[in-house]
Amino acid sequence: MMYKIRTERLPELFALAAADKALYLPVEQGGQVEFRPWSEGAAVRFDALNTVRSAKDLFFPQTENLVAFRTEGKKISIIENADTGAPFGLMGVRSCDAKSFEILDRVFLAEPADTYYKARRENGTVVTLACHEPEETCFCAALGIDAAESADGDAASWIRDGWFYLKPVTAKGEASVETVRPLLTECDGADDAAVEAEKKDIGAVIGQLPFSKLDLSRFRGENMLEIFNDPRWKELSAACLGCGTCTYVCPTCQCYDIKDFKTGDGIQRFRTWDSCMYSDFTKMSAGQPRLTQVERFRQRFMHKLVYYPMNNDGLYSCVGCGRCLRKCPISMNIVKVAKTLGGEQNDEQ
Amino acid sequence: MSNNEALIPKLGVVTDIRMDTPDVKTFRVNAPEGGKLFEHMPGQCAMVSIPGVGEAMFSITSSPTNKEYMEFSIKKCGCLTEWLHQIEVGQQICVRGPYGRPFPVETEFRGKDLLFVAGGIGLAPLRSVINYVRYYRENYGKVDIVYGSRSAADLVDYREIIDEWCAEKDFGVHLTIDREQEGWDGHVGFVPNYVKELNFPTNKVAIICGPPIMIKFTLAGLQELGFDKTQVYTTMELKMKCGIGKCGRCNIGSKYVCKDGPVFRCDELDELPNEY
Repeated sequence: MMYKIRTERLPELFALAAADKALYLPVEQGGQVEFRPWSEGAAVRFDALNTVRSAKDLFFPQTENLVAFRTEGKKISIIENADTGAPFGLMGVRSCDAKSFEILDRVFLAEPADTYYKARRENGTVVTLACHEPEETCFCAALGIDAAESADGDAASWIRDGWFYLKPVTAKGEASVETVRPLLTECDGADDAAVEAEKKDIGAVIGQLPFSKLDLSRFRGENMLEIFNDPRWKELSAACLGCGTCTYVCPTCQCYDIKDFKTGDGIQRFRTWDSCMYSDFTKMSAGQPRLTQVERFRQRFMHKLVYYPMNNDGLYSCVGCGRCLRKCPISMNIVKVAKTLGGEQNDEQ
Repeated sequence: MSNNEALIPKLGVVTDIRMDTPDVKTFRVNAPEGGKLFEHMPGQCAMVSIPGVGEAMFSITSSPTNKEYMEFSIKKCGCLTEWLHQIEVGQQICVRGPYGRPFPVETEFRGKDLLFVAGGIGLAPLRSVINYVRYYRENYGKVDIVYGSRSAADLVDYREIIDEWCAEKDFGVHLTIDREQEGWDGHVGFVPNYVKELNFPTNKVAIICGPPIMIKFTLAGLQELGFDKTQVYTTMELKMKCGIGKCGRCNIGSKYVCKDGPVFRCDELDELPNEY
């Protein structure tokens, strides 16, 4: 069953959904749209295509405490984290970001599962939102992702002609929709037709985007060493600043660091996002296996396009969200890498 | 979600510290209530940390057949290890593990003649295997150990080597140091050359650990003697943070050294990008 509500009444829906749990959605603040907890008067931007940072923060936060210590002389006490987690809702997630959760799941839920991530996945209800106006930097179609209807998430939504359409797809999605049910109207055949028309329109736009036909088929395990040893990595990476912006805006980058911070009355061990673009990522007292930015740059793309798929049934660790295309200060990105090294079938594009 | 189990260490206590060489100490670690923190297999590693200083991966040098304690031989070479070298007996530390794929002591090694080749602190992971093999002596054939270091003073576990390994039945222990020094009447020369000079028959499984350059030349030397890469095992070292194949740091090709290694058969390394 699909439901609808007029878009001008969405603040009522957000208020009801946020009554008993945190609700995260794209909110503009200081000119920047990010997933933020909803509060009265929040500038919710369902029209903004992609948040600056991806939605992965909600499951894999940029920093989180793992464990604390106190030391006294030779003694150490381990203080476990008391954060118990709580159910939350996540609305306005685009198909690309929703797909990234599956990619992260395959890392964090593989045994031994990351219990913090797992708890957040269980606590979170994801409502996806179809992309009314995909941008030129979008290439989700090349990754087999449908911007018109996400295959991931607990409920799907569309916005067309002043209506917000909401369709639960999992039991968790059903339960969440039930909490806002008093505000919703059941859809009829005309509504179904409107959503179908919306999907068709989105599909037509996607078909015309410049990178939708990017061919990644050369990036697979049997070509690993050939691609790895390609001399063109040098020119591709020549201008890379090693700033790591691509990894911080990327929905699938999952590398992390573990560090200790002296708090004054103890020590907090925390986890924080890290980037293979940084020189100290692999630096040991015994040596440094990736000496220059060429190797670091190569690692990031090899991991996304070859290594990760080798371990995950051919699934690429990229969702085509285009954030790195928009944010890289030297305009280098995964599309350029794929076009350069992906074989001549990409020459036309 | 009170605890991210895989990343939370256990509390251990250092119950003995042995000065092995000028820059290597061997730390005996017990659970605070006595006994071992956890069981492991030869070649596996553990994350050792001092809160506020750092956490790093070290091979467990004691054999799993030691039921009383675990040992780590640690070379002073960085921030955490310098700190560890200053601690005293009774110091509590944090340990989590065990991590990684061990040496195939119960499968490929069983019933075989074994050749161990180590350089410097590279003996640490092999010592676990060697003492395991000594414990289950009847399960293995002849054992040869080629071990070298910069100088006689840099040979780790020297007393154990002389007093126990040399006395073991069907054990050939071949020590070497890089340069002549007074009081040393043993072999002088680099490990890879010594391995070639000793001209071992090829009906053995070889296990190498040491600096990357030593591993490279020893492997080449063994191949000259007629060894196939499928007969040669090594153990690798890369920077690690999580130990469970998630933080991304020790990724080489489709492998993660922390969980798919650190032990690799040398033919497996050919399938990986040369980035270690």
